[in-house]
Amino acid sequence: MSQHLLQAVDVSCERGGRRLFKPISFALSAGAALHLEGDNGAGKTTLLRALSGLSPLSQGTLHWCGVPVGESVVGFKNELRYLGHALGLKDELSALENVQLSAAVAGQSLSREQTLQALAVQGLKNRAHLPLRVLSQGQKRRVALAQLQVAQAKLWLLDEPFVALDADAVQALQLLLQQHLAQGGVLVFTSHQAVHLGAAVQNLRLHP
Amino acid sequence: MNILVTVVMRDLRLAMRRKSEVLSAMFFFVVVAALFPLAIGPEPAMLRQIGPGVLWVGALLASMLALSRLFEVDHRDGALEQMLLSPHPLWLLVLGKMLAHWLLSGLPLVILAPVLGLQFHLSPDELALLSLTLLLGTPVLSCIGAIGAALTLGVRGGGVLISLLVLPLFVPVLVFGAGAVQALSSGLGAQAHVSILLALLLPALFFSPWACSAALRIALE
Repeated sequence: MSQHLLQAVDVSCERGGRRLFKPISFALSAGAALHLEGDNGAGKTTLLRALSGLSPLSQGTLHWCGVPVGESVVGFKNELRYLGHALGLKDELSALENVQLSAAVAGQSLSREQTLQALAVQGLKNRAHLPLRVLSQGQKRRVALAQLQVAQAKLWLLDEPFVALDADAVQALQLLLQQHLAQGGVLVFTSHQAVHLGAAVQNLRLHP
Repeated sequence: MNILVTVVMRDLRLAMRRKSEVLSAMFFFVVVAALFPLAIGPEPAMLRQIGPGVLWVGALLASMLALSRLFEVDHRDGALEQMLLSPHPLWLLVLGKMLAHWLLSGLPLVILAPVLGLQFHLSPDELALLSLTLLLGTPVLSCIGAIGAALTLGVRGGGVLISLLVLPLFVPVLVFGAGAVQALSSGLGAQAHVSILLALLLPALFFSPWACSAALRIALE
């Protein structure tokens, strides 16, 4: 059991008093990824939010490194990075400020050079100092990916990370995810597209 | 502690990039305080009597203007989710946001009040006391107001609901804040009023971040 980093047993979620999907179980060890599938409204986003601790699980237990998540919340949050539909970026701030601020909130201090380098990898080298409101939707998502790239968290929960990205950015993101897994990270994500991350991906379909 | 400074600086920087919101609260305060003497007439005794009350009501309403946006913008763009997931304690982040709110909507009023008080024929002693009561009272408004803002987060028409929730709780601050200056001018001394304001401030500072965090967790579930 202890070799699994993230383990969920019989978890399910409720929304408005109604159970969203049949209880599911999964266990992910270092370098493993879980692709959540399901129709619209099947509860993928709700499950991701519940895994992150934003909303409660209606049943089941969640273990991180063999310890129930409720017993070491701060330790779990230190290892967690969640990227939802809303990116948490500020339109008034520049890409550079956004990445540095979100890293600070996530408990990580980031130098200016590191940040600029991450933005350059995402193809935003010349946009780093522009306020975010002049960037396109896809460029904003790239800023969010730059945040992921510098994150030291082991567990990534990504809700539809491939939305609004062009072909290059999809490639870059797949590479980023593969690197994360190669470094012993764990990944849970939802996507309606086929994603190629190598052999380590488990598919899990949510049934109502 | 570092994160507290970071959050305060973040909110100040955001406010500096959309100045209209900060300026509108200050402008509102100035206009309210300037209109009363014009409407009531240049009777010094009358102005002196209503002055502290008018300035306090103006300050109270001005500090409410920005309340509904305190958490709402962060809620809409997802920044609040990231704060909830932060390994830092949520109350510390919330305290930072409350501090920034006070620096932007409370502190300018404290600084402006003595200048505006001149229109009401208040003496230097009274002006100093007015500033002191505002300095102690406006943080209480920010603390209580933040709880209201957190509780009404995501509710449609939240702005109206905040006023309904929060205004009754502002009444003690208003009574003792405005009452202090009147007590001084009638020769009673204002020490009791100031002590009570301080006694309101300390528990508000202590409990408000905690109550806000609980409300935000529920709002984002």
